[in-house]
Amino acid sequence: MDILNALVVFLNFVFIPAAAYGAQLALGALGVTLIYGILRFSNFAHGDTMAFGTAIVILLTWGLQALGVSIQPLPTALLALVPAIALTAVLVLVTDRLVYRFYRKQKAAPIIFVMASVGVMFVMNGLTRLLIGVNEQRMDDGARFIIDVRTFREMTGLTEGLALRSTQALTVGLAFVVMIALFWFLNRTRSGKAMRAYSDNEDLALLSGIDPERVVRLTWIIAAGLMVIAGSLYGLDKSYRPFNYFQILLPIFAAAIVGGLGNPLGAIAGGFLVAFSEVAVTYPWVRVVGYLAPWYDPGQGNLMQLLGTEYKFAVSFVILIVVLLFRPTGLFRGKSV
Amino acid sequence: MKKFLLATAASALIAGSAGAEDIKLGISLGFTGPLESMAPGMQNGAELAIKEVSDSGLLLDGSTVSAVTGDSTCIDAAAATATVERLITAEGVRGIIGGMCSGETIASLENVARPNGVVMISPSATSPALSDMEDDGLFFRTSPSDARQGEVMAQIMQERGIQSAAITYTNNDYGKGLADSFQAAFEAAGGTVTTNAAHDDGKADYSAEVAALAAAGGDALVVVGYVDQGGSGVVRAALDTGAFETFVFPDGMVGSALEANFGTEINGSFGQNPAAEGEGRETFLSMAEEAGFDGTSAYSAEAYDAAALILLAMAKAGTHDPATYKDSIMDVANEPGEQILPGQLARALEIINEGGDVDYVGATNVELIGAGESAGTYREIQITDGAIEVVGYR
Repeated sequence: MDILNALVVFLNFVFIPAAAYGAQLALGALGVTLIYGILRFSNFAHGDTMAFGTAIVILLTWGLQALGVSIQPLPTALLALVPAIALTAVLVLVTDRLVYRFYRKQKAAPIIFVMASVGVMFVMNGLTRLLIGVNEQRMDDGARFIIDVRTFREMTGLTEGLALRSTQALTVGLAFVVMIALFWFLNRTRSGKAMRAYSDNEDLALLSGIDPERVVRLTWIIAAGLMVIAGSLYGLDKSYRPFNYFQILLPIFAAAIVGGLGNPLGAIAGGFLVAFSEVAVTYPWVRVVGYLAPWYDPGQGNLMQLLGTEYKFAVSFVILIVVLLFRPTGLFRGKSV
Repeated sequence: MKKFLLATAASALIAGSAGAEDIKLGISLGFTGPLESMAPGMQNGAELAIKEVSDSGLLLDGSTVSAVTGDSTCIDAAAATATVERLITAEGVRGIIGGMCSGETIASLENVARPNGVVMISPSATSPALSDMEDDGLFFRTSPSDARQGEVMAQIMQERGIQSAAITYTNNDYGKGLADSFQAAFEAAGGTVTTNAAHDDGKADYSAEVAALAAAGGDALVVVGYVDQGGSGVVRAALDTGAFETFVFPDGMVGSALEANFGTEINGSFGQNPAAEGEGRETFLSMAEEAGFDGTSAYSAEAYDAAALILLAMAKAGTHDPATYKDSIMDVANEPGEQILPGQLARALEIINEGGDVDYVGATNVELIGAGESAGTYREIQITDGAIEVVGYR
C-alpha cells in the first residue's frame, strides 16, 4: 500500500506535470531544431511567434464559442488550430520574404541571421500585444479532468490522490501524433527527403535539382505548425500570457541543444530531459521517501528539496552549460553549436 | 523681468494662503497590474469624497477640488515613482491618495513625496514596514498594518480548529510582511507553520510551487497573494492536484475575481479583509450605489476616508500647504469633536469653519494610531456556495 501511495504521489506531482511540460518543450524544440537544421540559424523569434499563433487560436476559439460550436468533451481550441496554423504560416512566410531572404541571398553569417531573428522577436512581441494584449487569457473549455483527486481516492481507497487533467493527456497524445507525422514526412515523402538533403549539404542538393526556396517555404510552414500546436497546448494546459512565451524560449533552446541542434529525435529527448530535470530537482521528495522508507526521519522541516522552486529556470542553464562543456554536439550528435 | 517674476512668485504665495481656487489632489493607484480589478472602486471612493467637499463650497473660502489620477502599477516601483513625480511636479497636487501596494508606496514616499513635502494617505498599503518609516509626518494610511491582520488571521484559524498551515506568499514587501507577521502570531498561539515559501507572480504554471507546499502539508493553505495574479494560480494548481482543500485568504485575495475563478470549488475556505461595519459603512454603501459603483469593492471605503481626511485637515489648518495641514490630520481623525460619517463632510466643514472640533469616523471607523495608521477592523469572510459571505467583524 505504501509503495502504491509513493507511486501515486510521484505520478501526481512529478511524472504527469513533467510529461505534459516535456511534450510542450519537445514540440517547441522540434521547431527550433528544424529551422536550425535547414535554415542554419537559431530562431530567437520562436517563443514570440508561438505566442502570436496562440493568440490567433484564442481569438478563433472565442469566435467559435460565441457561435455555439463545441466538440465536447474536447476543447474547442482544437478546431481553431488549423486556420490558426494557416494564418501563422502566412505571417512567417511574409517575415521570411521581408527579412531572412535578403540575408540568404547575401550568404550572411549565421550570427547575422540570429540578430535578425532577435529583431523579428521584438516585432512579433509587439504584434501579439496589439492583437490580444498583455493579460492572461483563457480559452479552455471541455471536460477539465479525466480523473480527479476525489474520484481516484474513492476508486482506489488510497490516501493519496491522483489527478489527470484532460489537457495534460491531450498534450502528450497530440504531441506524440505530431511527432510521428513529422518523422513520417521527413523520412518517407519526397519533400521530406529533399529537406533532409538540403540540410545535409546545400550545394549537393542544388545539383540534384532541389528548389531551395521551396525547401525554405516548406520548412517555415512546418515550423509554423509546430509553433502553433506547441503554443496552444502550453496555453491550454497552463495559462496564456504573452510574456510566458518569451520565458520558455530558454528551456526550449536548452532542450534543442541538449538533444543536438538539427537532430529531431534529439529535440524530443531533450525536451523531456529538461522538463523532468526541472521538476525533479525542485520537487521536495519528503513524502515519497516517507512512504518508501518510513524508518528514515529527515528531521523536522526538511523537505528533501534540492533547489527552491524559484530556481526552476536555473536548471535549464545548468544543463546547457554541462552539455556544452562535455558534449558540444549534444546527446544525439547534432551539428556543433 | 526680474521684478515681474518676483511679483508672480509673491502673488502665487499669497494665493496659496487665501482666496478661492482649484485644489488638485492626486490619486495614485495600480490601474494596471496585479490589483487592477480593485483600483476603479478605490478611485470612485476617493472621487466621491472629493466631489462632496468640492460641491459644498465650504472648503477654504469656496475652493473647488479636482482629482488627477495616475497609474502606480502596484508592482513597478520605478513606474510608481515617475507617476507620483508627475502628479507633484507637473500637476501640482497638494496631497496624494495612494499608493496602492506597499513596495510601490515605500518607493514613491521615499523618493518623491518626502523630498517634496507632500502628504500621502494610502488606502491599502498594509506592510508592517510602513509603520516605522522616516516620513516627516507626511505619510498616513486608512488601512491597518498587516502586523494586526496577521494576528486576526491566526485567531480566526485557531477558532476554526486549524492547527497547522502552509504559507505561500507573493514575493514582495506586502507578501513577505504579512506572511511573517502571520507566522509569528500563529506560532505564538500554538499553531505549526509547515512551510513559508514565496511564489512569483505572472508565471504560467504553479505546479512546482504547489508540489513543495503539498510535501510540507498542513490543514490549510494560507495564500498571501493577489487574486488577479499568482495567488489564483497557486489555488488553481492546489485544487487540481488535490494538494489542499481549505484555503485562507487575506485581503489581497478577497475580491470578486475569487468567486469567478473558483466558485464552489473553494467552499469552506475563509479569510478576512479590512472593512468596518456600522452606520458609516451603510451610509457609504448607499452613497456609492447612488453614484453608480460598488462600495463593497475592497478598499473603496478606505479611499473615501483618505480623501476626506486630507480635505478636512486642509480646512482645519486653513491652508492647502501640506507642510502645515499634515499636523491637522490626526486632529480631525481622532477625538475630541463631533463624529462625522460619510455624507456629512459639508457639516464637518461648517463646524471647522466655526472653529469647532470634529472626530472623523467615516466609512471605516477611522481611528488613527501610532504614526498615523488605522487601528483596523476586519471582516471575516467565508466561501459558501461559491460566493463570498461575511460572517462577522473583529
